[in-house]
Amino acid sequence: MQFMLLFSRQGKLRLQKWYVPLSDKEKKKITRELVQTVLARKPKMCSFLEWRDLKVVYKRYASLYFCCAVENQDNELITLEIIHRYVELLDKYFGSVCELDIIFNFEKAYFILDEFLLGGEAQETSKKNVLKAIEQADLLQENVDFQTRLFAV
Amino acid sequence: MPAPIRLRELIRTIRTARTQAEEREMIQKECAAIRSSFREEDNTYRCRNVAKLLYMHMLGYPAHFGQLECLKLIASQKFTDKRIGYLGAMLLLDERQDVHLLMTNCIKNDLNHSTQYVQGLALCTLGCMGSSEMCRDLAGEVEKLLKTSNSYLRKKAALCAVHVIRKVPELMEMFLPATKNLLSEKNHGVLHTSVVLLTEMCERSPDMLAHFRKNEKLVPQLVRILKNLIMSGYSPEHDVSGISDPFLQVRILRLLRILGKSDDDSSEAMNDILAQVATNTETSKNVGNAILYETVLTIMDIKSESGLRVLAINILGRFLLNNDKNIRYVALTSLLKTVQTDHNAVQRHRSTIVDCLKDLDVSIKRRAMELSFALVNGNNVRGMMKELLYFLDSCDPEFKADCASGVFLAAEKYAPSKRWHIDTVMRVLTTAGSYVRDDSVPNLIQLITNSVEMHAYTVQRLYKALLDDISQQPLVQVASWCIGEYGDLLLSGQCEEEEPIQVTEDEVLDVLEGLLASNLSTPVTRGYSLTAIMKLSTRFSSVNRIKKVVSVYGSSIDVELQQRAVEYNALFKKYDHMRPALLERMPIMEKTATNGPSEIVQTNGEAEPSAVEAKHPPPVAQPANQANDLLDLLGGNDVVPVIQTSMPTKPASAGGELLDLLGDLSLSGPAPAPSVPSSQPPFLLDGLSSQPLFNDIAPAGIPPMIAYNKNGLKIDFTFERANPNPNVAVITIHATNSTESEMTEFVFQAAVPKTFQLQLLSPSSNVVPALNQGSVTQVIRVLNPQKQQLRMRIKLTYTHKGSPVQDLSEVNNFPPQSWQ
Repeated sequence: MQFMLLFSRQGKLRLQKWYVPLSDKEKKKITRELVQTVLARKPKMCSFLEWRDLKVVYKRYASLYFCCAVENQDNELITLEIIHRYVELLDKYFGSVCELDIIFNFEKAYFILDEFLLGGEAQETSKKNVLKAIEQADLLQENVDFQTRLFAV
Repeated sequence: MPAPIRLRELIRTIRTARTQAEEREMIQKECAAIRSSFREEDNTYRCRNVAKLLYMHMLGYPAHFGQLECLKLIASQKFTDKRIGYLGAMLLLDERQDVHLLMTNCIKNDLNHSTQYVQGLALCTLGCMGSSEMCRDLAGEVEKLLKTSNSYLRKKAALCAVHVIRKVPELMEMFLPATKNLLSEKNHGVLHTSVVLLTEMCERSPDMLAHFRKNEKLVPQLVRILKNLIMSGYSPEHDVSGISDPFLQVRILRLLRILGKSDDDSSEAMNDILAQVATNTETSKNVGNAILYETVLTIMDIKSESGLRVLAINILGRFLLNNDKNIRYVALTSLLKTVQTDHNAVQRHRSTIVDCLKDLDVSIKRRAMELSFALVNGNNVRGMMKELLYFLDSCDPEFKADCASGVFLAAEKYAPSKRWHIDTVMRVLTTAGSYVRDDSVPNLIQLITNSVEMHAYTVQRLYKALLDDISQQPLVQVASWCIGEYGDLLLSGQCEEEEPIQVTEDEVLDVLEGLLASNLSTPVTRGYSLTAIMKLSTRFSSVNRIKKVVSVYGSSIDVELQQRAVEYNALFKKYDHMRPALLERMPIMEKTATNGPSEIVQTNGEAEPSAVEAKHPPPVAQPANQANDLLDLLGGNDVVPVIQTSMPTKPASAGGELLDLLGDLSLSGPAPAPSVPSSQPPFLLDGLSSQPLFNDIAPAGIPPMIAYNKNGLKIDFTFERANPNPNVAVITIHATNSTESEMTEFVFQAAVPKTFQLQLLSPSSNVVPALNQGSVTQVIRVLNPQKQQLRMRIKLTYTHKGSPVQDLSEVNNFPPQSWQ
């Protein structure tokens, strides 16, 4: 996977994870163009599109678009499953996740993503294990901050 | 200084902004606060401030002043700080920043931290955005972690190693020992990431690939793991809709593909498991289809047995019928990849594929179109073209150009009849005329010229099309050219193929003049129209009207048009005696390879007859039998025929093909050394368009020669270089007969050595009258790029006094100027 973008129906970016080195300017340009392209797609169209020299896999969950750019040899159908798995993880963590959860807890969304994918590939295929790791890390954070609760993020 | 506001507070506040300006103001205020807080080196709130900065960065605002702060957070001992610090590093600090390298030491320390979650953060960051230098520095640490028994870290180390290898391929070797028992892990996370690592290594290095095949016996291991996944019962931890760990299955199948490619043993070892997966996988949900998709890709890429391949194609066929668009898309993509190798199997699904042309989704339509073109063959061309033309009518503009080109190519290859071919071409021109490629106009003109018996039909149809619509330039250009050439056929109303129309000269001229005047016509089109009108001066009787038009355009603003008009005017005034000859019917043009212009052959449809043809106007219709006889005489179809009425696709090189005649004609000349005087001024003129048409007949003073003189048949060669190419010698043969009886069925053939190329144009006739009462002339053009000494072998056949005569001869006495 080269990058993953989450954006709302109005085109507002909610999460961006880049697995390739690009300048800020390039990232902004790509984001703008891709968001426009995906938002222009009609609901009945298929989830895949060719964009520049990449394959883009996208799926809409409620008000959020999950959009991944994968390489030519990657399996598009399993990428859909990866997107779905990420949504399930978010759902389990936040309890019936909605867009607002991701807006207000974006850093947690990143932490979860980073326990599921690394360098663009899945590192853990068990839902349970990903969530367990996040839970433990959260506990670690809380224990350390127990004395300094005032200074939580 | 009051405590900086919390992150969630800030987010809430910013979201209340009603305008972009209001938001910007809030952001600027907060950024200022954050900046002063950073300046104070406040450790307590640094984490909070960076988090806020990251939020603002996501909204699109600059956050570079936070980069160093991220580094400080990473160096902190608090886990919260590290978490945010590493996140900030991944978002703000890519390898282009100078600050990037400062992270290296921190990461190194954290890779050896006592807490696995800290180690995890470090591995994750390194694996996502580590630069080559960082990777070089830290590869050793990663390798160490790859051997740990802690599966949480091992799986991350594996993917981190993948990133290191991608950045610094030379380091691949050092990870090899650690991969030894990766696959004996039970933990699926480690298994999955290990397969990814092995895939990366095998893809990058053929040596690694060979090593893993032979020494590590990777294939049996993978087959075993895959088998367990399929056969084992329900595993709640890894289950997705009844399938056990589909992610791992797909990755294993992909690695098997790489291992089995071009390797018989490996392919055989995996045949069974592939068949098993293909038949047992549940297809009701996307996840099952994802596995089947990967399986099909693997089967097609390895050396699988044919039964398995058929199974794969059938799976794709079933996919095509699936309601899910994504599945159909994926099927079309895969079929496109396999259509070359498994053509017949894919043909079976042709009707389903053609149905996909009507799909609403753009990507599916494009795939279906490409695949349809790949499936056209001699048997199905009529049906397929019907569907594709219907598609061309209704498709989006973005498809039209490609579809039109595809139709032309397919029609050229598989046209069942000339009429069908011309009808198809006309259909494309009328429906997508503005989207066809530029080179299709000359190609079409050539096609039309060569379909002699269809001229009347073609010109009639084109004329009717013009009456309907003059906006599509390629159509208009082809139509004007044809009307110019075959206007007489249009008038005479002889059309066998369909009901002939009644049209007068004035009506035709009206149409052509209309094109000249119309705003829709491009300059090129106007050129075509003017020339067409001019040509009609020898075919129609309303010469005065034409003269008037031509003189009017003599003062046109368009320089090209003006020049043409002035020249044509001159043709009327001073050179009227040459007019009929110049404006004679075009001869059949020989076609070279379909792409790329050849210097010899005229493929441009422009109606500027070269002086050569003007001098020797050939007869209108080339008898097809003559062409066939030529082929027989020259020993079969290997020889490039020089007169053709059907569409040849062979190049015009007479090189090795004229084998029989060339026999022992060896090149004893010197090797192509720069013996050509470089400062040789060209005899010829610089370009046809800059010269008046009738002026470039200057023979450049090469003396004629007698090439053959035997039994009363004398053949003279005269030379010209009336062509913009200095390497082309134009030879005209004059055959005369001094005997008392005429020579009939006279055929002249020639062959040249390999470094030359030869083109033989049509002869003036095939009867050499007796007693030198006339001659047969024919033009030969020889391309001599290496400036070698010109030699030729000729073969003459004719019937004299009732008996056939045949003779072979060599011509060696070419004057030096003809080839230097």
